[in-house]
Amino acid sequence: MFRSQLIHRVLPANKHLLNLRSVSSTAFLSTSQSPISNASVKSTPIHSAAAAGAGAASANASSTIPQPPKGSSIEFKLSKRDPNQFGSRPIYLDMQATTPTDPRVLDKMLQFYTGLYGNPHSSTHAYGWETDKAIEEARTHVANLIHADPKEIIFTSGATECNNMALKGVARFYGKTKKHIITSQTEHKCVLDSCRRLQEEGFEITYLPVDKEGLINMEDLEKAIRKDTCLVSIMAVNNEIGVIQPLEEIGKLCRKNKVFFHTDAAQAYGKIPIDVNKLHIDLMSISSHKIYGPMGMGALYVRRRPRVRIEPIINGGGQERGLRSGTLAPPLVAGFGEAARLMASEYDADHAHILKLANKLMDNLLSIEHTQLNGSREQRFPGCVNVSFAYVEGESLLMALKDVALSSGSACTSASLEPSYVLHALGADDALAHSSIRFGIGRFTTEEEVDYVIDAITQRVNFLRELSPLYEMVKEGIDLNSIEWAGH
Amino acid sequence: MSSFSVTRPQINTLYRSFIRYASEFEDYNFRHYFLRKYKTEFRKLKEENVKITPELWNSYQKELDVLKRQSAISKMYHFDRLVVERLDEKHHK
Repeated sequence: MFRSQLIHRVLPANKHLLNLRSVSSTAFLSTSQSPISNASVKSTPIHSAAAAGAGAASANASSTIPQPPKGSSIEFKLSKRDPNQFGSRPIYLDMQATTPTDPRVLDKMLQFYTGLYGNPHSSTHAYGWETDKAIEEARTHVANLIHADPKEIIFTSGATECNNMALKGVARFYGKTKKHIITSQTEHKCVLDSCRRLQEEGFEITYLPVDKEGLINMEDLEKAIRKDTCLVSIMAVNNEIGVIQPLEEIGKLCRKNKVFFHTDAAQAYGKIPIDVNKLHIDLMSISSHKIYGPMGMGALYVRRRPRVRIEPIINGGGQERGLRSGTLAPPLVAGFGEAARLMASEYDADHAHILKLANKLMDNLLSIEHTQLNGSREQRFPGCVNVSFAYVEGESLLMALKDVALSSGSACTSASLEPSYVLHALGADDALAHSSIRFGIGRFTTEEEVDYVIDAITQRVNFLRELSPLYEMVKEGIDLNSIEWAGH
Repeated sequence: MSSFSVTRPQINTLYRSFIRYASEFEDYNFRHYFLRKYKTEFRKLKEENVKITPELWNSYQKELDVLKRQSAISKMYHFDRLVVERLDEKHHK
């Protein structure tokens, strides 16, 4: 236990470093600032960790890419190529945060920014009629993709608004007699936050746990449904780990118990086949910018038969069946409609392409030692691959990967260094949650990009591990859990 | 009997137009996507000997118009090349 003793000795002087998690990350962060940067990394893991502490304390996580110490055998750049001959813009692999706008969508939208500027709700002249017609066409495209009736589509500003509208709308409409809502622990922040708000209004919320794979247990759900349950809200595809919940079973169970079923399908719409009638979905949130459409646009599917009633959040001129007042934005609506149409017409080609690239990425990343895939392997949307790299800090890896645009989880929480609550719900400990990275693959990702990312990740994970005193201990066969860390 | 018919050279010309405008996209991802899309689609048309209906022909003409406009727009806005793109690579004439 020589090394752990050393750590004991070094650590108390650097109280901010006492956290096990930060050791590996900060070790790497500071190498460029470390006074011993000429020394070989391998022989002084503890010192570099300690020196790291000093660096990390002043830690505004420097934005330059840290370079390996001079004379080190570790090559940081991809060795096969001369970087001067290539561009500098990072590869985009964060498709769960947003997707690039398809040029065909932009082409549709431009008409409305150049000539067709009528208010679609102006029913007295041709300018209004032409934009109104375009909006109804878009509504049909959006509805067709989920086998719904166009009248059941309510355009909104995005999936967050939809989720607020569905949860608060249903709860407030039926709230006099039904005061209970069921959701899961891995929902998106806007569902969880809406639930918290409803809790303050006197509703009771059940947060269903998920298993190791990220899926809810149907028995738990059945037990949780009460006489006064008005709504079950379970997301279709998880935004961090990509698992697909058993929608059909949930839908059947809800229908049997006469409870409304809302699903947040921001990540699922157009990417997995969804039939709202077959799956018994009553409300569904859809986002446009996750399907190569414009940002600031979304839609809520609200079933008409049996009718789901919701209390509107935004009142006014009575547009969208009075459920969401306010003038619609024809460019965004038409762009969204075109994006939905393309999701349908390109489904087979996109699916085959994404599956091929995702499998290649997944197989190669998981062939690195001490890695694991988060979430179910079978029940998942292939375009979202979430992998944990043990003994490497996710944020450090992202910093070392300035040439690839990635995220360790939801964009909403990426500003904080909190570990992901979704991975926590799967039973992952802090260290594992901190070492996870999400890879998003889409229609426009190329095989060349995936190859580059595989090379870059493999190399830099190895590099960061070489710096990590923890990893060295693991290689020596020391069980990290057996170490008593000082200062806790 | 419909009087509509498209000859093989007409299809080849259409295909070459698609490839030309697709390769004019400044954006790496869009360029590669459209090249992949039309190469695959036209190979399939040929292999499966798909009958070109007037609807299909018209929809291809419309798609080609979109591609012409969008590749032109793409050339008006410049962004840095991606890390996988060679700086000396000439992707269009």
